[in-house]
Amino acid sequence: MSGKFGFFLGCVAPLRYPGIEKATREVFKALNYELVELEGAGCCPAPGVIKSFDEPTWLALAARNLAIAEKKGVDIMTICNGCYGSLFDANHVLHEHPEKLKEVNEILKDIGLHYSGKTKVRHFAEVLHNEVGMERIQAAVKNKLDLNVAAHYGCHFIRPSKIKHLDDPERPVLLDELIEWTGAHSLPYKDKNMCCGAGGGVRSRNSSLALEFTAEKLKNIKAAGGMYIIDVCPFCHLQFDRSQKDVKGYDIPVIHLAQLYGLAFGLPRSDLGLEAHEVKVNL
Amino acid sequence: MSNIKEPDPVFTKAIIDAGGKTLDLCYQCGTCTASCPSGRRTGFRTRQLIRKAQLGLKDDILPTEDLWLCTTCYSCVERCPREVEITDIITIMRNMAVKKGYMADQHKKIGASMMKTATTVPLSPENSALREKMGLPAVPPMAISDPKALEDFRTIMRKTGFDKLIGGA
Repeated sequence: MSGKFGFFLGCVAPLRYPGIEKATREVFKALNYELVELEGAGCCPAPGVIKSFDEPTWLALAARNLAIAEKKGVDIMTICNGCYGSLFDANHVLHEHPEKLKEVNEILKDIGLHYSGKTKVRHFAEVLHNEVGMERIQAAVKNKLDLNVAAHYGCHFIRPSKIKHLDDPERPVLLDELIEWTGAHSLPYKDKNMCCGAGGGVRSRNSSLALEFTAEKLKNIKAAGGMYIIDVCPFCHLQFDRSQKDVKGYDIPVIHLAQLYGLAFGLPRSDLGLEAHEVKVNL
Repeated sequence: MSNIKEPDPVFTKAIIDAGGKTLDLCYQCGTCTASCPSGRRTGFRTRQLIRKAQLGLKDDILPTEDLWLCTTCYSCVERCPREVEITDIITIMRNMAVKKGYMADQHKKIGASMMKTATTVPLSPENSALREKMGLPAVPPMAISDPKALEDFRTIMRKTGFDKLIGGA
């Protein structure tokens, strides 16, 4: 056994793109990891909305998830930048501010939970890159993918770099390397680091503005010859996948890194849940 | 009638006390505005919003749509030469706006969904069927399928007053 993590599902992956969840389970099984269920976990909660509405609620709900993992004695692994943003940042706040941890525990007491701050929060892409590493990944690739793809990092994976320390916030390479290890080619393109437009409650409150962001990214990806968009966040994934019917002239399938790894590891396509995608993936 | 605006140091102090301690470090260089993907497409100007916060012009901030045009992408925070925690300051002001009752209906709906299922999005019958087809439980093993966990989740939201904040869901 290489190790184990508490698998934090989030909302968008299990409920809208269950193939992302399934592919993650199979990929980590192939890499000899145990993914422990975090039964009863709730929304992370979504940072762009819940934290914008009421930070104390955001912090308490995040602490509940952290406490569920702590009780099981596992660190958390997320498959979503939003979940990573919420859980990692909340954990950071609780470490920096003992008085907030105390307040949160007053609330958690009512539901029979306690958080002492032990849980670490990891993003699955960073686990693949920094822990599994190139050699083991390349050894697991059965199906070399000769594709030109556009990596989309999203906002809350690398940023804010001051607390995450994963990569250069302006010119990250982590996701590009993960893509290249499958044999695919990760293209440079204009404004690669730009947001998809969905975060911060903008998709729900001002969908036309969110769409303008997405349209710009699609334009730049198409200009660079991107055949697929590779993301590490189901919410960016949803934004790119569902927006192409509104932004005319694009037909660029969107694939979460877990699904790309599933393909590269030779999983049956039925394990990737591509049926849920609006832009059809023909691979 | 003069249109000179009166600064309100009490509002500024409230932002600082809520965690916006870097607010006063801003010296109006404009790197944030130049980095903002939202400001590229709208009239939203990050630098101006931070200046208004420094001056405590709460009526020019709390009711406005500008406050909600930030996608929290952190581009400005990464580049700010003074390390002003701009995204956090915007979050603090959004919290204040919501407390005053400025909240979009679409956002209230997300709050209501959290109260109902502990998730932000619903599970469609198609996706439930797809889950089963892939050998996953039809409903994921989260609070959404666990009555006690769901009640715990709601208890927290009631305790923090979130249920009332979103209009008594």
